Amino acid sequence: MFAVVGTVPIQDFPLVTGEVFLEDDSICIEEKPVPVNRGTPALMAAAIKVCEVLDQGAPFGYLVGDIGLGDGSRRLYEYLTKDLRQSDFRSKPGTGFQVITFHYLQPDVDWHNRVLFAIEEMTRRPILIADAGFMYAAKMSGKAKEYDLFTPDIGELAFLADEEAPHPFYTRGFILHEEDRIPELIVRAYKYNNAARCLLVKGKQDCVADRQGIQATIDSPVEEAMEAIGGTGDTLTGIITALVGSGMEVMKAATIAARVNRLAGYYAKPTPATQVIEIIQHIPKALAKVLSENEKGEVWIKQF
Amino acid sequence: MSFLGIIKKKRGKAADKKNIDRAILVFENTSEVIRAENVLKSQGWKIKVMGPPPEIRSGCDLVIEIPLIEELNILRSLEEAGASPLEIVPVSSPLLKPVNLFQNKDFGKYLMIRAANMKLTIDKETQNIVNISGGGCPDVPYLAQEMVGKTMADAPDPRKIGHTLCGYALQLAYEEMTRRCLP
Repeated sequence: MFAVVGTVPIQDFPLVTGEVFLEDDSICIEEKPVPVNRGTPALMAAAIKVCEVLDQGAPFGYLVGDIGLGDGSRRLYEYLTKDLRQSDFRSKPGTGFQVITFHYLQPDVDWHNRVLFAIEEMTRRPILIADAGFMYAAKMSGKAKEYDLFTPDIGELAFLADEEAPHPFYTRGFILHEEDRIPELIVRAYKYNNAARCLLVKGKQDCVADRQGIQATIDSPVEEAMEAIGGTGDTLTGIITALVGSGMEVMKAATIAARVNRLAGYYAKPTPATQVIEIIQHIPKALAKVLSENEKGEVWIKQF
Repeated sequence: MSFLGIIKKKRGKAADKKNIDRAILVFENTSEVIRAENVLKSQGWKIKVMGPPPEIRSGCDLVIEIPLIEELNILRSLEEAGASPLEIVPVSSPLLKPVNLFQNKDFGKYLMIRAANMKLTIDKETQNIVNISGGGCPDVPYLAQEMVGKTMADAPDPRKIGHTLCGYALQLAYEEMTRRCLP
């Protein structure tokens, strides 16, 4: 079983935990529907689609309302510090959460560190994936190395590479956010210990990397419009989470997920005005194709 | 480097990480600091009045330390109370400045502008905001929910309804888009 931790943009949405389901264009947790626009609901919806194909159980969600005031995030952080220590007993006997993905949470270093302490006390340490606000907090705290995967886009990679920047808003200008500088930025992020064990850099060409550098790139199919569509990074993180939750190794999951996300986008024939739910609908077809390609040994990645 | 020097350096780094999610508000004079402190405390913000770091060469002898991420929300509160600071800088690196580089991508019918980690896309003909992407703070999905589907003229300013640095970055993209596209 895997868990996803995040927020929804509804101020009075309560803190809810439980299995998450997809009903039409909404996710449903504790019988509370949330429309899938972008953010954590999009991540969860994509993960659910993958679980359907792989015949896996529903993901476990920790959700709270937060519109950027940070109040909901801090309530959830506090809840996690108590709950994660007990999660081994609640999920399938003897398994616990194999993976926890942290997502749109207000970056708060102090609370981030407390959550990490709680994870260290779990019977078995889960694979840790961080994206969005929680990835910012992980970098700011100086504890990026504790994570198995970060999924930055090029602007966020520049932030990881800038050892001084406390937020992407303050990334220094000389660390230009240009696609052709990705290898250099990856080296710099690792040099200052601001990267997770693995990175999936989302861009025109998706790059899967570790401390040794870029290990694989995925660049087809190309849908330029995807960059403009809010939530396409979230769906990618959702696909990876579910694949890792099924037992797949992190780097392989990142590589396959990048191809699946691109293919789902391709099937949706997107324009910059396309909404992410239209892409999510195509994930099952895309995943089936990529898994079949993978079995046949068809080459769609460049390995280094 | 001496043993003591190494210890001091390590302590310095630890202190930097400890305060890395804090920012400093710089004011013209002490009475403005007191006024801003009263405004922020009355609204329940966790703030601290302290001496400025040596890198700060403007303002008076006191500064206010605030949560960095919530900069946009705090600035709005101070602006409404007529107590805006001269400057706002991260505690860990007071010389850092907000991004001022914009990247744009022309899709023909659509134009996308990126500021830092935030991307805003509009239909060039109708001026309709068709997508908002990027970012990681929880007000990003909220801003998208409130702005997408509206024209640039009708959509609320990110500065007015956003709360975080991601909201601030979107405001910069929004201003750049306005500069480029609106008469």
